[in-house]
Amino acid sequence: MALLSSDKSDSKVQEAERIAADSAKAREDERRETGRKRASSYWAVSWNIFKRNKLGMLCLAIVVVLILVAVFAPVLAPYDPDAQELTNMLAAPGGVHPFGTDEFGRDILSRVIYGCRISLSVGVVAQGISLIIGFLSGVFAGYFGGKVDAVVSFAIQVFSSFPFLLFAIVVMFVMGPGLVNLYVALGLLMWTSTARLVRGDVMRLKSSEYIQSCILSGGKSWRIIMKHLLPNCISTLIVVSTLGIPSAILSEASLSFLGLGVQPPMASWGQMISSSQPYIQSNTYYSVIPGVAIIITVMAFNLLGDALRDALDPKMRS
Amino acid sequence: MGKNRDMSEVVLRAEHLTKRYPIKKGLFGKAANYVHALEDVSFELHRGETFAIVGESGCGKSTTGKCVLRLTEPTEGKVLLGEEDFTSLSGEALTKARQKMKLIFQDPYSSLNPRMTVADIIAEPIDIAGTYKTRAERDARVEEVMEAVGLDLAFKYRYPHEFSGGQRQRIGIARAIVLEPEIVVCDEPVSALDVSVQAKVINLLEQLQDRLGLSYIFISHDLSVVKHISDTVMVMYLGHEMELADKEALFAKPLHPYTQALLDVIPRIRHERIQDKRILEGDVPSPTNPPSGCVFHTRCPKCMKVCSERAPELREVEPGHLCACHLFDDALSEAERQLVGVSVAAK
Repeated sequence: MALLSSDKSDSKVQEAERIAADSAKAREDERRETGRKRASSYWAVSWNIFKRNKLGMLCLAIVVVLILVAVFAPVLAPYDPDAQELTNMLAAPGGVHPFGTDEFGRDILSRVIYGCRISLSVGVVAQGISLIIGFLSGVFAGYFGGKVDAVVSFAIQVFSSFPFLLFAIVVMFVMGPGLVNLYVALGLLMWTSTARLVRGDVMRLKSSEYIQSCILSGGKSWRIIMKHLLPNCISTLIVVSTLGIPSAILSEASLSFLGLGVQPPMASWGQMISSSQPYIQSNTYYSVIPGVAIIITVMAFNLLGDALRDALDPKMRS
Repeated sequence: MGKNRDMSEVVLRAEHLTKRYPIKKGLFGKAANYVHALEDVSFELHRGETFAIVGESGCGKSTTGKCVLRLTEPTEGKVLLGEEDFTSLSGEALTKARQKMKLIFQDPYSSLNPRMTVADIIAEPIDIAGTYKTRAERDARVEEVMEAVGLDLAFKYRYPHEFSGGQRQRIGIARAIVLEPEIVVCDEPVSALDVSVQAKVINLLEQLQDRLGLSYIFISHDLSVVKHISDTVMVMYLGHEMELADKEALFAKPLHPYTQALLDVIPRIRHERIQDKRILEGDVPSPTNPPSGCVFHTRCPKCMKVCSERAPELREVEPGHLCACHLFDDALSEAERQLVGVSVAAK
């Protein structure tokens, strides 16, 4: 009997051990699984943090809407933006023309929708050009230092000491007005702030110990730049970009206002404000509507930049 | 302490390492003066040994470590890896030789890239060296090393900011050992950690040394830690080598007045009054303008006439016990031996 009971308890113990081992294994598996899940969820975590930012979400929605409007402009616009209706000039908003018409009787809503294309493309392309130039020159200056740094820093000083608008006017005057020239001119003018910020970041990061460790392991400059410097500059680049896009949009508006940017009859917000000037008393909405469009776009990008920076910075998490 | 210490095999020999940083002045950046960070430091590291470098902050401990690894190029002197002259290597050969050496950093916060996962951080040396051809082999190696340093495998894809200082230091150690180096320079690896975590990390370092036959250059200002872990100790002051001896000999019978002063201020649990201790007065002189003769003479309680005139040589006072002090120079005249001002409150 005693033997039996001890046998029984033995088997009980074995059973318990087996269950314990099984559950331990299950837990281990689960942990591995969650570990793997985390890898793909870096952006998901950022998204979760971003989602909590109400204002950021609103701005993201606005930006998405603006992008959709730009892409689907031909579908969304009720009229051809260049179609003139000379019997119905400078009409007030309402009726068949929700935002009214301009001095040639063109539908303002359609022109604002097409103008969104120009403004966004100027913002994104010009900022893209300046981002590439700025990042590369900033990294070279900060990483290699010495003479490279002296040359790049000198170029930054020279470029940033010109009055921005005046220089843009000169560049546009030399290259001639037009959309592509506008991209290039703004891209060439805006890279200095990116370069300066990236240079500072890189100089700070260069002496950090993980980069020393990478050098010690035989890591080449390319690896250090791509694996260590670029990911750690991302938040700077995002902030610079989201501030750069609206400033490019504003510059485009200013240049178009001055007649050096987008040429009529192509619609751009700045150009619309410019041509609405003589009619500001007879049809106020003609100048207000594109102005409001610029304000909304610029603010949405600016606030989106702030929200993105908060969400992408790993140090903000805990 | 290295259990597998093999005194017959020298894995690294530093010969007359000197590092002077120029202070540039004027329009053309002409070096007006130098910071004497390291002056004529020589030592040997044996296989499986823990070689400790101790001294106050700013005495050149870390510079020694960095010069040995050529993270900063020594101004003069050589580093020999086995028979190979490490200081003359460049390009591929340098990369290859460096794979035998690794560094564990002091600050577990700034030594890990915050944008990389733990697995990527640990795998970086093998990724660069291209040790493993397949992803699976690489991951297996990472897991093996993580287990060796006591990191939970579930942390593989986490980011460094999710860890405590001790765990981060384990990640740093894992990165250092993943390529199976021969020499690991530990630059104050525990001084940024809590005391309880310090002990764990020290034990881990010792275990790894026994298992992998590592040789450590252990840089520290904490003499209690050094007393625990080291085999040989080198005491530095203002970039100069002051005393070099076996740990037992050094702690039992320190010869150099500076070493004596250092050992005197180790806190002990005993009834003693702080007034009884000999505490060095004054500050470490500027390395830009080091004192004449023996660099320690401005603070030395046993300063003699000769000390401010001539720098003492490092001489073997007892077998295996080197000391750079005029007290042990038998060739000095009576006049030279004359004691001058005692700058320390030896109450």
